[in-house]
Amino acid sequence: MSRIQQRFAMLREQGRKALIPFITAGDPDNEVTVPLMHTLVRNGADIIELGVPFSDPMADGPVIQRASERALDHHTSLHDVLDMVRAFRRDNDEIPVVLMGYLNPIEVMGHAAFAQAAADAGVDGVLTVDIPPEEGVELLATLREHGIDPIYLLAPTSTPERIRQLTAAASGFVYYVSLKGVTGAGNLDIQAVADKLDAIRSVTDMPVGVGFGIKDAETAQAMGKIADAVVVGSALVSQVEAHADDPDRIHATVGAIVADMRRALDQG
Amino acid sequence: MSKLTELPDERGHFGPYGGVFIAETLMEPVDELRRAYERYMQDPEFLAELDADLQHYVGRPSPIYHAERLSRELGGAQIYLKREDLNHTGAHKVNNTIGQALLAKRMGKTRIIAETGAGQHGVATATVAARLGLECVAYMGEVDAARQEANVYRMRLLGAEVRTVSSGSRTLKDALNEAMRDWVANVDDTFYIIGTVAGPHPYPAMVRDFQAVIGREAREQIQQMTGRLPDALIACVGGGSNAIGLFFPFLEDGQVAIYGVEAAGDGLETGHHAAPLCAGRPGVLHGNRTYLMEDPDGQIIETHSISAGLDYPGVGPEHAWLKDSGRASYVAITDEEALEGFHRLTRIEGIIPALESSHAVAQAMKMAPTMDREQILLVNLSGRGDKDMHTVAAREGLKL
Ligand SMILES: Cc1ncc(COP(=O)(O)O)c(C=O)c1O
Repeated sequence: MSRIQQRFAMLREQGRKALIPFITAGDPDNEVTVPLMHTLVRNGADIIELGVPFSDPMADGPVIQRASERALDHHTSLHDVLDMVRAFRRDNDEIPVVLMGYLNPIEVMGHAAFAQAAADAGVDGVLTVDIPPEEGVELLATLREHGIDPIYLLAPTSTPERIRQLTAAASGFVYYVSLKGVTGAGNLDIQAVADKLDAIRSVTDMPVGVGFGIKDAETAQAMGKIADAVVVGSALVSQVEAHADDPDRIHATVGAIVADMRRALDQG
Repeated sequence: MSKLTELPDERGHFGPYGGVFIAETLMEPVDELRRAYERYMQDPEFLAELDADLQHYVGRPSPIYHAERLSRELGGAQIYLKREDLNHTGAHKVNNTIGQALLAKRMGKTRIIAETGAGQHGVATATVAARLGLECVAYMGEVDAARQEANVYRMRLLGAEVRTVSSGSRTLKDALNEAMRDWVANVDDTFYIIGTVAGPHPYPAMVRDFQAVIGREAREQIQQMTGRLPDALIACVGGGSNAIGLFFPFLEDGQVAIYGVEAAGDGLETGHHAAPLCAGRPGVLHGNRTYLMEDPDGQIIETHSISAGLDYPGVGPEHAWLKDSGRASYVAITDEEALEGFHRLTRIEGIIPALESSHAVAQAMKMAPTMDREQILLVNLSGRGDKDMHTVAAREGLKL
């Protein structure tokens, strides 16, 4: 069993939902990221989603775009991100780490070299926003060979046929994008999400996470009632932005939001 | 291997290039577009409406013109210009926006969005949106909006909302990112009119098909005027739509050489340019695999060209394949050389070309003297230079 599968199996036994915070690696600088990952864990993260900065983050809203820009101001690279995961793993062998990013930096490194390096560093899952399975057959196989779970997004616009195709390609968990929009957008329609989750569950036993638009403990709790995992990104990243020159405050504010969500989820 | 004219394959591949590299939310909207495009490109009624608009609204066919004085001065090949500068709105861009807007209408979409660099595509989109009574939003990088103020105003006059984009390098590529984000959030009523042969399939094929009217006309016209096919075609390449529009109908004419001209900016050796085919590497951006300008980490880098319309770090995937397959050659022309072409054509022929098109003119000026007087160069004059008065004047230290 992969770390991701183990984590979900444990949570299922305990009757709890997974909390998956997202931060952008290298934001506001490379030194903050690994300690911040530990802060996330201390406050109740089950899985960490680590954003790999990209110059053209087409699926991201302004908050995460600016996080990418801050990281790229000092050239945080995919190599650097893998180094951060390796450093995190020295002190934590349990919490799964999923890289979320775009294809081009992986293309430059080469699929096989990337999969090898990611596995060596202790990466558990890879979510590449802009490579659907039909273009990614080879990358998918390479990740699998190295024991890395390929994670896919499902969207409100996904047809039943695509839901089948994507859940067949994915492993670990699938990630449902709860609204038509970019990260950090809009308001959630819980009923619409619940309907779509039913459709997804009718074709897969994999855990289903929900993200995009989860802002606070309240929305996290509401989503936790219908999903197996909630992903929270922009709400944390905007705290990193607000306190970019004060790492202590970053840890305090981000940690507090995660702890709040943890409590709400566990009460849910 | 399939013939070049039979590409792309059903999933949008030109050899290893092209394809569909987008987030899941856009997969179904893009597929809906593909189905509509495949259906209406076979629909005689749609094609008749498109033809009528191209004739009566755009002013097609655009003529070809024998630049006799320029040819004589250069002392070599005869230069013919395909006059896309004479189209309504002043460039080839409108061939595509008319086509896509008609498609949007057929699909029941009520809102049009576009990205624009030089503002030519934005103006061409705002124009057809005005005519069809569709809401229109144009995304434009802050840097471009500042250097193409007149076009920003033209778009606003036409009723479009211009949203400036302040992320990333604040140029065309960022405007495209922002338009994609808008589309993701508004897929139900919105049609995204991409202005060049970029984006996920079907865009590169669809934009090519709408622009191929350039080459179809030119192929007939040049034979009528000279009794034969040209020895070479020349067109500037930003994203590559005017170029592929001219080239496509000639791809099977093996005796016709093909030259795409990228922007060398300050010179390829300086790194300040916009020439992914001449000096970039294959990668994935904006929905397709193609040649890109990127740093060693795979981040897309800023481009430089005196012409905003060529200032793009990628290029249409079909050009990537034409390069690798050897059917077309890609060269680059510096800002300096393009300006010389701009002035020369203006003074000798009384035609003020767009700075983008001036790159093609400059390439013709390089090649013509090395060729015989009986040989023929067919150059795509993709647009007129009215929009560039400020830029050219500023180069001479003048403020208009
Ligand atoms: C006159 C003109 N020519 C060429 C271009 C470059 O685009 P493409 O390479 O798609 O023809 C532009 C873009 O704005 C343009 O305005």
